[in-house]
Amino acid sequence: MRYSGLRVLAEGLRGNRGWRPAWDRPDPQDAYDIVIIGGGGHGLSTAYYLARNHGLRNIAVLEKGYLGSGNIGRNTTIVRANYLLPGNSEFYSHSLRLWEGLEADLNYNVMHSQRGLINLFHSDGQRDAFARRGNAMINQGDDAILLDRDGVRDHLPYLDFDNIRFPVYGGLLHPRGGTARHDAVAWGYARAASRLGVHLIENCEVTGIDVAGGRVTGVQTSRGAIRAKKVAMVVAGRSSQVAAMADLTLPIESHVLQAFVTEGLKPCIDHVVSFGMGHFYISQSDKGGLVFGGDIDFYPSYAARGGLHMAEHVMEAAMTLMPMIGRARVLRSWGGIMDMSPDGSPIIDRTPVDGLYVNCGWNYGGFKAVPASGWCLAHLMATEESHEVARRYRLDRFATGHLLDEEGTGSQHNLH
Amino acid sequence: MLIPCPLCGPRDRREFHPRGGAEYLDRPDADAPAQAWDALLHLRTNPAGRTQEVWQHECCGAWLEVDRCTVTHRVFGARLVSEARDAG
Repeated sequence: MRYSGLRVLAEGLRGNRGWRPAWDRPDPQDAYDIVIIGGGGHGLSTAYYLARNHGLRNIAVLEKGYLGSGNIGRNTTIVRANYLLPGNSEFYSHSLRLWEGLEADLNYNVMHSQRGLINLFHSDGQRDAFARRGNAMINQGDDAILLDRDGVRDHLPYLDFDNIRFPVYGGLLHPRGGTARHDAVAWGYARAASRLGVHLIENCEVTGIDVAGGRVTGVQTSRGAIRAKKVAMVVAGRSSQVAAMADLTLPIESHVLQAFVTEGLKPCIDHVVSFGMGHFYISQSDKGGLVFGGDIDFYPSYAARGGLHMAEHVMEAAMTLMPMIGRARVLRSWGGIMDMSPDGSPIIDRTPVDGLYVNCGWNYGGFKAVPASGWCLAHLMATEESHEVARRYRLDRFATGHLLDEEGTGSQHNLH
Repeated sequence: MLIPCPLCGPRDRREFHPRGGAEYLDRPDADAPAQAWDALLHLRTNPAGRTQEVWQHECCGAWLEVDRCTVTHRVFGARLVSEARDAG
Protein backbone atom coordinates (compact mmCIF):
# COMPACT_ATOMS: atom_id res chain seq x y z
CA MET A 1 0.00 0.00 0.00
CA ARG A 2 1.42 3.35 -1.06
CA TYR A 3 0.95 6.24 1.32
CA SER A 4 -0.23 9.55 -0.11
CA GLY A 5 -2.44 12.50 0.68
CA LEU A 6 -5.05 11.07 -1.65
CA ARG A 7 -4.92 7.78 0.24
CA VAL A 8 -5.50 9.54 3.56
CA LEU A 9 -8.50 11.31 2.04
CA ALA A 10 -9.92 8.12 0.53
CA GLU A 11 -9.46 6.14 3.75
CA GLY A 12 -11.06 8.95 5.71
CA LEU A 13 -14.14 8.72 3.53
CA ARG A 14 -14.27 4.91 3.93
CA GLY A 15 -13.96 4.89 7.72
CA ASN A 16 -10.22 4.04 7.71
CA ARG A 17 -10.98 0.36 7.17
CA GLY A 18 -8.41 -0.13 4.42
CA TRP A 19 -5.19 0.41 6.36
CA ARG A 20 -2.93 -2.62 6.69
CA PRO A 21 0.06 -3.30 8.97
CA ALA A 22 3.12 -1.42 7.75
CA TRP A 23 5.19 -4.60 7.56
CA ASP A 24 4.61 -8.35 7.48
CA ARG A 25 5.50 -10.65 10.39
CA PRO A 26 6.58 -13.95 8.82
CA ASP A 27 7.87 -16.96 10.75
CA PRO A 28 11.57 -17.58 10.23
CA GLN A 29 12.61 -19.92 7.42
CA ASP A 30 15.26 -22.61 7.93
CA ALA A 31 17.72 -20.77 5.73
CA TYR A 32 18.41 -17.40 4.12
CA ASP A 33 21.10 -16.05 1.85
CA ILE A 34 21.70 -13.18 4.24
CA VAL A 35 20.88 -12.77 7.92
CA ILE A 36 21.16 -9.37 9.57
CA ILE A 37 21.40 -9.54 13.36
CA GLY A 38 19.74 -6.44 14.78
CA GLY A 39 16.49 -4.76 13.77
CA GLY A 40 17.44 -1.20 14.56
CA GLY A 41 18.02 1.66 12.18
CA HIS A 42 21.30 0.35 10.79
CA GLY A 43 20.13 -3.25 10.43
CA LEU A 44 16.89 -2.29 8.73
CA SER A 45 18.57 0.14 6.36
CA THR A 46 21.17 -2.52 5.50
CA ALA A 47 18.41 -4.99 4.62
CA TYR A 48 16.52 -2.37 2.62
CA TYR A 49 19.54 -1.36 0.52
CA LEU A 50 20.55 -4.99 -0.04
CA ALA A 51 17.13 -5.46 -1.62
CA ARG A 52 16.79 -2.09 -3.32
CA ASN A 53 20.32 -1.47 -4.62
CA HIS A 54 21.51 -5.02 -5.20
CA GLY A 55 18.31 -6.88 -6.05
CA LEU A 56 18.75 -9.46 -3.28
CA ARG A 57 15.58 -10.91 -1.82
CA ASN A 58 16.29 -13.89 0.46
CA ILE A 59 17.13 -11.76 3.51
CA ALA A 60 16.08 -11.87 7.16
CA VAL A 61 16.50 -9.29 9.91
CA LEU A 62 16.54 -10.88 13.38
CA GLU A 63 15.60 -8.65 16.28
CA LYS A 64 15.61 -9.83 19.90
CA GLY A 65 12.92 -7.32 20.96
CA TYR A 66 10.66 -5.29 18.73
CA LEU A 67 11.86 -3.39 15.68
CA GLY A 68 13.50 -0.12 16.64
CA SER A 69 13.68 -1.00 20.34
CA GLY A 70 17.35 -0.07 20.71
CA ASN A 71 19.32 3.08 20.10
CA ILE A 72 17.26 4.19 17.09
CA GLY A 73 14.63 5.12 19.66
CA ARG A 74 17.06 6.38 22.31
CA ASN A 75 18.89 9.29 20.71
CA THR A 76 18.58 13.04 20.17
CA THR A 77 17.61 12.73 16.48
CA ILE A 78 20.22 15.08 15.02
CA VAL A 79 21.15 14.84 11.35
CA ARG A 80 24.28 16.66 10.13
CA ALA A 81 27.30 16.41 7.87
CA ASN A 82 29.87 18.67 9.53
CA TYR A 83 32.88 16.39 9.77
CA LEU A 84 36.45 17.38 9.09
CA LEU A 85 38.55 14.31 8.42
CA PRO A 86 38.76 12.57 5.04
CA GLY A 87 37.06 9.25 5.70
CA ASN A 88 34.34 10.77 7.85
CA SER A 89 33.56 13.81 5.72
CA GLU A 90 32.53 11.97 2.56
CA PHE A 91 30.61 9.32 4.52
CA TYR A 92 28.38 11.75 6.41
CA SER A 93 28.00 13.88 3.29
CA HIS A 94 26.68 10.81 1.49
CA SER A 95 24.39 10.10 4.42
CA LEU A 96 22.93 13.62 4.39
CA ARG A 97 22.20 13.37 0.67
CA LEU A 98 20.36 10.11 1.32
CA TRP A 99 18.42 11.78 4.15
CA GLU A 100 17.31 14.49 1.75
CA GLY A 101 15.70 11.94 -0.56
CA LEU A 102 14.69 9.49 2.13
CA GLU A 103 11.02 10.28 2.50
CA ALA A 104 10.36 10.01 -1.25
CA ASP A 105 12.49 6.87 -1.44
CA LEU A 106 10.80 5.10 1.47
CA ASN A 107 7.34 6.60 0.84
CA TYR A 108 7.31 7.38 4.54
CA ASN A 109 7.27 10.61 6.50
CA VAL A 110 10.35 10.61 8.73
CA MET A 111 9.78 14.29 9.55
CA HIS A 112 13.24 15.27 8.38
CA SER A 113 13.57 18.94 9.29
CA GLN A 114 16.59 20.85 7.97
CA ARG A 115 16.30 23.64 10.47
CA GLY A 116 20.02 24.42 10.57
CA LEU A 117 22.67 23.48 13.08
CA ILE A 118 24.92 26.02 14.81
CA ASN A 119 28.18 25.04 16.54
CA LEU A 120 29.19 27.85 18.88
CA PHE A 121 32.74 29.03 19.48
CA HIS A 122 34.16 31.05 22.36
CA SER A 123 37.73 32.02 21.51
CA ASP A 124 39.89 33.13 18.58
CA GLY A 125 41.53 29.73 18.41
CA GLN A 126 38.18 27.99 18.25
CA ARG A 127 37.06 30.39 15.50
CA ASP A 128 40.08 29.36 13.42
CA ALA A 129 39.29 25.69 13.99
CA PHE A 130 35.68 26.17 12.93
CA ALA A 131 36.69 28.21 9.88
CA ARG A 132 38.87 25.29 8.85
CA ARG A 133 36.08 22.81 9.50
CA GLY A 134 33.65 24.95 7.49
CA ASN A 135 36.08 25.03 4.57
CA ALA A 136 36.41 21.26 4.73
CA MET A 137 32.62 20.94 4.66
CA ILE A 138 32.36 23.25 1.65
CA ASN A 139 35.12 21.33 -0.14
CA GLN A 140 33.14 18.19 0.50
CA GLY A 141 30.14 19.79 -1.24
CA ASP A 142 28.15 20.52 1.89
CA ASP A 143 27.22 23.91 3.28
CA ALA A 144 28.78 25.95 6.06
CA ILE A 145 28.54 29.63 7.01
CA LEU A 146 30.82 31.22 9.58
CA LEU A 147 28.73 33.56 11.74
CA ASP A 148 30.16 36.32 13.85
CA ARG A 149 28.68 37.28 17.19
CA ASP A 150 25.93 39.45 15.68
CA GLY A 151 25.20 36.76 13.14
CA VAL A 152 24.61 34.28 15.95
CA ARG A 153 22.49 36.85 17.78
CA ASP A 154 20.18 37.09 14.75
CA HIS A 155 19.49 33.36 15.02
CA LEU A 156 19.81 32.67 18.75
CA PRO A 157 18.92 35.85 20.67
CA TYR A 158 18.33 33.91 23.89
CA LEU A 159 21.95 32.87 24.54
CA ASP A 160 24.06 34.36 27.32
CA PHE A 161 26.44 36.15 24.94
CA ASP A 162 28.53 37.74 27.68
CA ASN A 163 29.02 34.69 29.84
CA ILE A 164 32.13 35.37 31.87
CA ARG A 165 33.76 32.01 31.09
CA PHE A 166 32.41 31.25 27.61
CA PRO A 167 31.45 34.49 25.84
CA VAL A 168 29.92 33.74 22.43
CA TYR A 169 32.36 34.79 19.68
CA GLY A 170 30.33 33.29 16.85
CA GLY A 171 29.18 30.03 15.36
CA LEU A 172 29.46 27.73 12.38
CA LEU A 173 26.05 27.41 10.74
CA HIS A 174 25.33 24.21 8.82
CA PRO A 175 22.02 25.11 7.14
CA ARG A 176 21.27 21.57 5.91
CA GLY A 177 21.67 20.11 9.39
CA GLY A 178 18.59 19.40 11.45
CA THR A 179 16.56 16.64 13.01
CA ALA A 180 14.26 13.76 12.07
CA ARG A 181 11.67 11.65 13.84
CA HIS A 182 13.77 8.76 15.16
CA ASP A 183 11.14 6.00 15.44
CA ALA A 184 9.75 6.86 12.02
CA VAL A 185 13.15 6.16 10.50
CA ALA A 186 13.04 2.59 11.81
CA TRP A 187 9.40 2.17 10.77
CA GLY A 188 10.00 3.65 7.34
CA TYR A 189 12.94 1.35 6.59
CA ALA A 190 11.09 -1.64 8.03
CA ARG A 191 8.06 -1.01 5.86
CA ALA A 192 10.13 -0.38 2.74
CA ALA A 193 12.26 -3.50 3.33
CA SER A 194 9.19 -5.63 3.99
CA ARG A 195 7.65 -4.44 0.72
CA LEU A 196 10.75 -5.71 -1.07
CA GLY A 197 10.36 -9.14 0.52
CA VAL A 198 12.78 -8.89 3.43
CA HIS A 199 11.68 -11.03 6.40
CA LEU A 200 11.56 -8.98 9.60
CA ILE A 201 11.55 -11.39 12.54
CA GLU A 202 10.93 -9.88 15.95
CA ASN A 203 11.36 -11.49 19.38
CA CYS A 204 14.11 -13.62 17.90
CA GLU A 205 17.29 -13.39 19.92
CA VAL A 206 20.50 -14.70 18.41
CA THR A 207 22.18 -17.00 20.94
CA GLY A 208 25.02 -18.36 18.85
CA ILE A 209 26.87 -17.90 15.57
CA ASP A 210 27.75 -21.09 13.72
CA VAL A 211 31.19 -21.19 12.15
CA ALA A 212 32.63 -24.17 10.29
CA GLY A 213 36.09 -24.20 8.73
CA GLY A 214 36.52 -20.47 9.26
CA ARG A 215 33.26 -19.64 7.49
CA VAL A 216 29.93 -18.61 8.94
CA THR A 217 27.14 -21.11 8.30
CA GLY A 218 24.24 -19.69 10.25
CA VAL A 219 22.95 -18.60 13.63
CA GLN A 220 21.26 -20.17 16.64
CA THR A 221 18.27 -18.21 17.85
CA SER A 222 15.53 -18.33 20.45
CA ARG A 223 13.26 -19.39 17.56
CA GLY A 224 15.51 -22.16 16.26
CA ALA A 225 18.57 -22.54 14.07
CA ILE A 226 18.76 -20.53 10.86
CA ARG A 227 21.31 -21.29 8.17
CA ALA A 228 22.81 -18.38 6.26
CA LYS A 229 25.49 -17.80 3.65
CA LYS A 230 26.30 -14.37 5.02
CA VAL A 231 25.65 -12.86 8.43
CA ALA A 232 26.03 -9.25 9.56
CA MET A 233 26.23 -8.15 13.19
CA VAL A 234 24.52 -4.74 13.39
CA VAL A 235 23.93 -4.55 17.11
CA ALA A 236 25.54 -1.38 18.43
CA GLY A 237 25.16 -1.41 22.21
CA ARG A 238 25.63 -5.18 22.34
CA SER A 239 28.38 -5.60 19.76
CA SER A 240 30.89 -7.21 22.12
CA GLN A 241 28.44 -9.89 23.28
CA VAL A 242 27.36 -10.86 19.77
CA ALA A 243 30.91 -10.83 18.41
CA ALA A 244 31.98 -13.09 21.29
CA MET A 245 29.59 -15.73 19.88
CA ALA A 246 32.02 -15.98 16.96
CA ASP A 247 35.07 -15.84 19.29
CA LEU A 248 35.87 -12.30 18.23
CA THR A 249 37.02 -9.51 20.54
CA LEU A 250 36.14 -6.05 19.26
CA PRO A 251 37.84 -2.71 19.94
CA ILE A 252 34.64 -1.53 21.61
CA GLU A 253 33.79 -0.36 25.10
CA SER A 254 30.15 0.27 26.10
CA HIS A 255 29.25 3.56 27.75
CA VAL A 256 25.96 5.15 28.64
CA LEU A 257 24.97 8.48 27.08
CA GLN A 258 22.12 10.40 28.65
CA ALA A 259 19.54 12.66 27.10
CA PHE A 260 16.77 14.77 28.58
CA VAL A 261 13.50 16.25 27.44
CA THR A 262 11.45 19.03 29.00
CA GLU A 263 7.72 19.54 29.07
CA GLY A 264 6.24 20.71 25.78
CA LEU A 265 6.75 24.41 25.14
CA LYS A 266 5.75 26.84 22.41
CA PRO A 267 8.40 27.13 19.68
CA CYS A 268 11.45 28.88 21.13
CA ILE A 269 14.53 27.04 19.83
CA ASP A 270 14.41 26.98 16.05
CA HIS A 271 17.76 25.32 15.35
CA VAL A 272 19.99 22.59 16.63
CA VAL A 273 22.47 24.38 18.91
CA SER A 274 25.72 22.79 19.94
CA PHE A 275 27.83 24.15 22.80
CA GLY A 276 31.04 22.18 22.52
CA MET A 277 32.70 23.67 25.59
CA GLY A 278 30.03 22.14 27.78
CA HIS A 279 29.56 19.15 25.47
CA PHE A 280 25.92 20.21 25.37
CA TYR A 281 23.50 20.30 22.46
CA ILE A 282 19.82 21.06 22.18
CA SER A 283 16.90 21.18 19.78
CA GLN A 284 13.15 21.41 20.14
CA SER A 285 10.99 18.49 19.08
CA ASP A 286 7.87 18.89 16.99
CA LYS A 287 5.88 18.16 20.16
CA GLY A 288 7.53 21.16 21.81
CA GLY A 289 9.85 19.43 24.26
CA LEU A 290 13.41 20.69 24.48
CA VAL A 291 15.61 17.69 23.74
CA PHE A 292 19.17 17.95 24.99
CA GLY A 293 22.14 15.88 25.92
CA GLY A 294 25.71 15.97 27.04
CA ASP A 295 28.68 13.71 27.39
CA ILE A 296 28.99 10.02 28.17
CA ASP A 297 29.24 9.00 31.81
CA PHE A 298 32.90 8.00 31.17
CA TYR A 299 32.86 4.53 32.72
CA PRO A 300 31.76 1.27 31.08
CA SER A 301 28.04 0.70 31.51
CA TYR A 302 25.22 -1.43 30.19
CA ALA A 303 22.59 0.27 32.34
CA ALA A 304 20.14 2.12 30.10
CA ARG A 305 20.11 4.97 32.60
CA GLY A 306 22.77 7.41 33.60
CA GLY A 307 24.55 8.72 36.65
CA LEU A 308 23.43 11.86 38.41
CA HIS A 309 26.86 13.44 38.12
CA MET A 310 26.42 13.75 34.35
CA ALA A 311 22.81 14.91 34.68
CA GLU A 312 24.11 17.68 36.92
CA HIS A 313 26.86 18.55 34.44
CA VAL A 314 24.39 18.75 31.54
CA MET A 315 22.04 21.02 33.50
CA GLU A 316 24.95 23.27 34.43
CA ALA A 317 25.99 23.53 30.79
CA ALA A 318 22.40 24.33 29.79
CA MET A 319 22.16 27.11 32.35
CA THR A 320 25.56 28.47 31.31
CA LEU A 321 24.53 28.70 27.67
CA MET A 322 20.86 29.70 27.84
CA PRO A 323 19.68 30.81 31.27
CA MET A 324 16.07 30.87 30.04
CA ILE A 325 16.05 27.07 30.16
CA GLY A 326 15.91 27.28 33.95
CA ARG A 327 12.21 28.04 33.61
CA ALA A 328 11.50 24.75 31.83
CA ARG A 329 10.84 21.58 33.77
CA VAL A 330 12.59 18.36 32.81
CA LEU A 331 10.02 15.73 31.99
CA ARG A 332 12.23 12.67 31.69
CA SER A 333 15.71 11.45 30.92
CA TRP A 334 17.05 8.27 29.44
CA GLY A 335 20.34 6.60 28.62
CA GLY A 336 21.47 4.72 25.55
CA ILE A 337 24.34 2.24 25.45
CA MET A 338 27.00 3.48 23.07
CA ASP A 339 29.58 1.41 21.25
CA MET A 340 32.63 3.56 21.95
CA SER A 341 35.53 2.85 19.60
CA PRO A 342 39.11 3.90 20.44
CA ASP A 343 39.16 6.78 17.91
CA GLY A 344 35.50 7.80 18.03
CA SER A 345 34.72 6.60 14.50
CA PRO A 346 32.68 3.57 13.41
CA ILE A 347 33.55 0.20 11.89
CA ILE A 348 31.93 -1.25 8.75
CA ASP A 349 34.00 -4.20 7.66
CA ARG A 350 34.48 -7.91 7.22
CA THR A 351 35.65 -9.98 10.17
CA PRO A 352 38.30 -12.71 10.25
CA VAL A 353 35.38 -15.18 9.84
CA ASP A 354 34.43 -15.55 6.16
CA GLY A 355 30.93 -14.37 5.45
CA LEU A 356 30.59 -12.58 8.80
CA TYR A 357 30.44 -8.78 8.72
CA VAL A 358 30.41 -6.20 11.46
CA ASN A 359 28.83 -2.78 11.69
CA CYS A 360 29.55 -1.21 15.08
CA GLY A 361 31.36 1.51 16.99
CA TRP A 362 28.94 4.36 16.28
CA ASN A 363 29.84 6.17 19.48
CA TYR A 364 27.11 8.78 19.74
CA GLY A 365 26.90 9.56 16.04
CA GLY A 366 24.84 6.64 14.85
CA PHE A 367 21.48 8.22 14.13
CA LYS A 368 22.51 10.52 11.30
CA ALA A 369 24.55 7.70 9.82
CA VAL A 370 21.64 5.28 9.44
CA PRO A 371 21.13 5.71 5.66
CA ALA A 372 24.80 5.64 4.64
CA SER A 373 25.66 2.91 7.12
CA GLY A 374 23.09 0.57 5.62
CA TRP A 375 24.01 1.67 2.10
CA CYS A 376 27.71 0.91 2.65
CA LEU A 377 27.29 -2.35 4.56
CA ALA A 378 24.88 -3.56 1.87
CA HIS A 379 27.47 -2.62 -0.77
CA LEU A 380 30.18 -4.52 1.10
CA MET A 381 28.03 -7.63 1.57
CA ALA A 382 26.73 -7.69 -1.99
CA THR A 383 29.92 -6.82 -3.89
CA GLU A 384 32.68 -7.85 -1.41
CA GLU A 385 34.18 -4.39 -1.95
CA SER A 386 34.10 -1.60 0.61
CA HIS A 387 32.02 1.33 -0.57
CA GLU A 388 34.25 4.26 -1.45
CA VAL A 389 32.84 6.51 1.30
CA ALA A 390 33.28 3.85 3.99
CA ARG A 391 36.60 2.36 2.98
CA ARG A 392 38.44 3.77 6.00
CA TYR A 393 36.06 2.22 8.55
CA ARG A 394 38.32 -0.80 8.87
CA LEU A 395 38.24 -3.17 11.81
CA ASP A 396 42.03 -3.39 11.84
CA ARG A 397 42.79 0.34 11.68
CA PHE A 398 43.81 0.49 15.34
CA ALA A 399 46.48 -2.15 14.76
CA THR A 400 47.70 -0.50 11.55
CA GLY A 401 47.57 3.06 12.91
CA HIS A 402 45.11 4.44 10.33
CA LEU A 403 42.97 6.15 12.96
CA LEU A 404 40.04 8.50 12.34
CA ASP A 405 40.29 10.59 15.49
CA GLU A 406 37.86 13.39 14.57
CA GLU A 407 38.21 15.14 17.92
CA GLY A 408 41.96 14.64 18.22
CA THR A 409 41.58 13.38 21.76
CA GLY A 410 43.63 10.20 21.55
CA SER A 411 43.06 6.55 20.97
CA GLN A 412 41.12 5.56 24.05
CA HIS A 413 37.45 4.62 24.26
CA ASN A 414 36.26 7.06 26.88
CA LEU A 415 37.96 10.16 25.52
CA HIS A 416 35.51 10.95 22.72
CA MET B 1 28.10 5.52 42.84
CA LEU B 2 30.52 5.26 45.78
CA ILE B 3 33.85 3.49 45.43
CA PRO B 4 35.57 2.30 48.62
CA CYS B 5 39.15 3.52 48.34
CA PRO B 6 41.27 1.35 50.67
CA LEU B 7 43.20 4.47 51.73
CA CYS B 8 40.41 7.08 51.92
CA GLY B 9 37.20 5.16 52.52
CA PRO B 10 34.02 5.36 50.41
CA ARG B 11 34.27 8.31 48.03
CA ASP B 12 32.11 9.77 45.26
CA ARG B 13 32.66 8.36 41.77
CA ARG B 14 33.63 11.83 40.55
CA GLU B 15 36.96 11.55 42.37
CA PHE B 16 37.92 8.51 40.30
CA HIS B 17 39.11 8.01 36.74
CA PRO B 18 38.37 4.71 34.97
CA ARG B 19 41.22 3.17 33.02
CA GLY B 20 39.61 -0.02 31.67
CA GLY B 21 39.28 -3.71 32.45
CA ALA B 22 41.70 -5.34 34.88
CA GLU B 23 43.31 -7.16 31.95
CA TYR B 24 45.02 -3.81 31.37
CA LEU B 25 47.43 -4.81 34.17
CA ASP B 26 48.72 -7.73 32.11
CA ARG B 27 51.14 -5.74 30.02
CA PRO B 28 52.99 -7.56 27.24
CA ASP B 29 56.77 -7.85 27.33
CA ALA B 30 58.62 -4.98 25.71
CA ASP B 31 59.57 -7.18 22.75
CA ALA B 32 56.09 -8.66 22.34
CA PRO B 33 54.62 -8.54 18.84
CA ALA B 34 52.52 -5.53 17.80
CA GLN B 35 49.33 -7.61 18.02
CA ALA B 36 49.83 -7.99 21.77
CA TRP B 37 50.10 -4.22 22.20
CA ASP B 38 47.09 -3.65 19.94
CA ALA B 39 45.11 -6.04 22.11
CA LEU B 40 46.18 -4.26 25.29
CA LEU B 41 45.41 -0.77 24.02
CA HIS B 42 42.35 -1.28 21.87
CA LEU B 43 40.55 -4.60 22.26
CA ARG B 44 38.05 -5.03 25.09
CA THR B 45 36.17 -8.03 26.41
CA ASN B 46 33.62 -5.39 27.47
CA PRO B 47 31.55 -7.65 29.72
CA ALA B 48 27.93 -6.97 30.65
CA GLY B 49 27.87 -7.94 34.33
CA ARG B 50 30.25 -8.22 37.26
CA THR B 51 33.84 -7.49 36.30
CA GLN B 52 37.20 -6.25 37.58
CA GLU B 53 38.32 -2.81 36.42
CA VAL B 54 41.27 -0.50 37.00
CA TRP B 55 40.40 2.95 38.37
CA GLN B 56 42.59 5.68 39.78
CA HIS B 57 41.56 7.63 42.85
CA GLU B 58 42.69 11.05 41.71
CA CYS B 59 42.72 12.50 45.24
CA CYS B 60 45.26 10.13 46.78
CA GLY B 61 46.69 8.86 43.50
CA ALA B 62 46.10 5.20 44.33
CA TRP B 63 45.47 2.74 41.49
CA LEU B 64 42.64 0.40 42.38
CA GLU B 65 41.19 -2.82 41.13
CA VAL B 66 37.45 -2.28 41.47
CA ASP B 67 34.95 -5.15 41.58
CA ARG B 68 31.89 -3.69 39.87
CA CYS B 69 28.80 -4.65 37.87
CA THR B 70 28.45 -2.80 34.56
CA VAL B 71 24.71 -3.53 34.36
CA THR B 72 23.60 -2.36 37.83
CA HIS B 73 26.55 -0.06 38.67
CA ARG B 74 26.82 -1.84 42.02
CA VAL B 75 30.34 -1.75 43.49
CA PHE B 76 31.29 -4.89 45.42
CA GLY B 77 34.70 -3.74 46.61
CA ALA B 78 38.06 -2.32 45.72
CA ARG B 79 41.66 -3.07 46.59
CA LEU B 80 45.00 -1.57 45.69
CA VAL B 81 46.40 -2.83 42.42
CA SER B 82 49.61 -3.77 44.24
CA GLU B 83 47.62 -5.95 46.66
CA ALA B 84 45.73 -7.52 43.78
CA ARG B 85 49.06 -8.35 42.15
CA ASP B 86 50.48 -9.89 45.33
CA ALA B 87 47.35 -11.96 45.72
CA GLY B 88 47.86 -13.21 42.17
